[in-house]
Amino acid sequence: MDWAYFLQQLINGLTLGAIYGLIAIGYTMVYGIIGMINFAHGEIYMLGAFHSLITFLICQAAGISGILPLTLLLMLFVSMVLTSIYGWGVERVAYRPLRGSFRLAALISAIGMSIFLQNFVQISQGARVKPMQPLVEGGITLMKSANFDVQLSYMQIVIIVLTFVLMVVFSLLIAKTSLGRAQRACEQDRTMAGLLGVNVDRTISTTFVMGAALASVAGMMVTLYYGVIDFYIGFLAGVKAFTAAVLGGIGSLPGAMLGGLLIGLIEAFWSGYLTIEYKDVATFGILVLVLIFRPWGLLGKPEVEKV
Amino acid sequence: MSSAFASSRTNGSEIVKELAFFAVIALLMSVMILGVETVDRPTGLELAVRWDLVLIAIGSTVVGRLALIIRREAISRLVQALLITATAVAVFEMFVRFRDMDDRWASPVVFDMAFGSALSIVLAIAFVAIVFAIAYFSMKEHGVAEVDESTKLSSKIQLAYRSNTKKIGLVGIIFFIIFPFLFGENRSAIDLATLVMIYIMLGWGLNIVVGLAGLLDLGYVAFYAVGAYSYALLSQNFDLSFWLCLPLAGIFAASFGIILGFPVLRLRGDYLAIVTLGFGEIIRVVLINWYDFTGGPDGISSIERPSFFGLADFSRRVPDGAIGFNELFGMEYSSMHRLIFLYYLILALALVTSFVTMRLRKLPIGRAWEALREDEIACRSLGINPTNTKLSAFAIGAMFGGFAGAFFATRQGFISPESFTFLESAVILAIVVLGGMGSQIGVVLAAIVMIGFPEMFRELAEYRMLIFGAGIVAIMLWRPRGLLSFRDPTILLNMSQKEKVAGELK
Repeated sequence: MDWAYFLQQLINGLTLGAIYGLIAIGYTMVYGIIGMINFAHGEIYMLGAFHSLITFLICQAAGISGILPLTLLLMLFVSMVLTSIYGWGVERVAYRPLRGSFRLAALISAIGMSIFLQNFVQISQGARVKPMQPLVEGGITLMKSANFDVQLSYMQIVIIVLTFVLMVVFSLLIAKTSLGRAQRACEQDRTMAGLLGVNVDRTISTTFVMGAALASVAGMMVTLYYGVIDFYIGFLAGVKAFTAAVLGGIGSLPGAMLGGLLIGLIEAFWSGYLTIEYKDVATFGILVLVLIFRPWGLLGKPEVEKV
Repeated sequence: MSSAFASSRTNGSEIVKELAFFAVIALLMSVMILGVETVDRPTGLELAVRWDLVLIAIGSTVVGRLALIIRREAISRLVQALLITATAVAVFEMFVRFRDMDDRWASPVVFDMAFGSALSIVLAIAFVAIVFAIAYFSMKEHGVAEVDESTKLSSKIQLAYRSNTKKIGLVGIIFFIIFPFLFGENRSAIDLATLVMIYIMLGWGLNIVVGLAGLLDLGYVAFYAVGAYSYALLSQNFDLSFWLCLPLAGIFAASFGIILGFPVLRLRGDYLAIVTLGFGEIIRVVLINWYDFTGGPDGISSIERPSFFGLADFSRRVPDGAIGFNELFGMEYSSMHRLIFLYYLILALALVTSFVTMRLRKLPIGRAWEALREDEIACRSLGINPTNTKLSAFAIGAMFGGFAGAFFATRQGFISPESFTFLESAVILAIVVLGGMGSQIGVVLAAIVMIGFPEMFRELAEYRMLIFGAGIVAIMLWRPRGLLSFRDPTILLNMSQKEKVAGELK
């Protein structure tokens, strides 16, 4: 076995998994709190990618793209803020009025929202693939073998470190702050939380905003990492991130991250050792298997069906 | 939303604050996605600024929000209707302006349209009038108590519709049967009608799964694809005729439904939706990549056309040993014969779907589907096996999808994985949902609206899916149970007298 090749796939898989994990957190938080699949979440991620790309282009036009840290911080900040507003708006327009309605209404509304956002970006920004020059170049050669050098690029380091930092921050936010307490309360019993003075509407809105902010970071990372985006990237990434959330146990924050990493690793190893064409089939196959044998996921708790 | 605030009377400064808040939100949402366009240039991406769009977005948001405030405070019917109409015109203007304009500050396109040709004036007036009427009549008058459900116009229409379902259905069927006689020589009309009819059939097929059994299937297109590819492959590899392949395609699709359904039907509604979506994508990925078997992205071309029940052939040059359709009936040769025959074929298939569904609803299995949709736990306690019941709905729905797929393949003569994307599933699902889940006539209406109109207004092609997505959201908000909705079971205990009459007539 070629260990160098294995290590390289491991690095690629972790990078990909970090991105999926960030998107998956949005699914898992929303599912935890209102029990619906936010089908438009993939589109939020796509909007994050577009926002960061446009911010970069503005920086370039303003002539400050030479200062790399400033550009990156601006991209991160602007894309997080603007994309979160989309997350907020989607919930406000398409989900909140349907909250008391029957289960599938919100899901169908979410599908409609997803189609709308996709075509909205397609019409306003064009259907073509948008290229982006690499901003963070270079890397470290970890290992040299006979026919293969293991590369860990700086971009991959940035992605993994940033994901880790965001995970820690968000875990603390959920665990320590009053906002996180309100979210956990709403997750357990929305009516009771409301009676005890938690502003349920606001808490749910905040959840959407937080999920969208994380998805926008993922969108920015993808823009920088792959260098191409288009209006359609949200669909597949969204479904895969949802798979990750289910795999880790929907409703569980560490579960989403773990699921994301696993999906990323599986995809990387599948394309590295088996066929690249069927990597999506592998992901969906895993989704089906998990749902059949362990519908509550790796870190989730089995749900008791209530009448 | 409106009812929650109906009692609170907001004062002026709060309204200003709220409007300012929404203006800021609109600014932030539009500043990049609308305000800046990324343009491909040989040197890389460049930016083009479109501040006019941002201004319109902010303006229409503020005006629209003001209209909603006036509605919820029940201040004035007329003012809110005018404001909503203004918002609609502004949004329309905004989307027209997405197209490349040399001068971004050119005068509004709506002005040119309103003072343009006679047709555009008529269309403009119609658009404004419809929006105004909807906004005006949908608001409750100030001071009037909650309107009694039964006196509302929409419920009157519903009741009239319910008690005349059979008549409406019959008129519809007669219309579709005589359609080729009305438009016999018009090739595009027949083509369009055939296309609409395919979607009606798919809608009716999916209606069994979604409407009756209450299982959200986001991968229905997979069965459509299985049907299409089974016919294409059977006919090319084994030289079987369409009439032999049609039932086989249905059986294949149904088997796929059972294979997929068996493991996943135990899942709860929204999980099932995602798994079926995944299955639809798997089928598509396999179709693209299994080059030796399916022809990959190139698809399968020159698929055999159907004969006249194996008796006669429709082509101009009849192969040896066969009779031409025109010879059989002693008519002049016309290329329209095949198209009209195809139209009747899909009409017959669709009617079979509808008929079978209606009969199944009256059988124990149909009652079990509806009961399961309403309350799964109660069903289980009464001894209905949920998995088998769901599986039967899934398989029967899939079978009709397979029939439609085989028809699609023989009509097009060419199929490729591109015809079977998730969007197609979403369109079929939207037809079912828009029509009102479980309603047969609703599906017909929705298919005409969703497939027929966009085909007629081809210039709007780029906005088609945008309007489609927004339409799904709007209809879900307005009527979460669909346009002609009665998802209530065919039979109910303790029905009120009126409903009982309606139920019997149905």
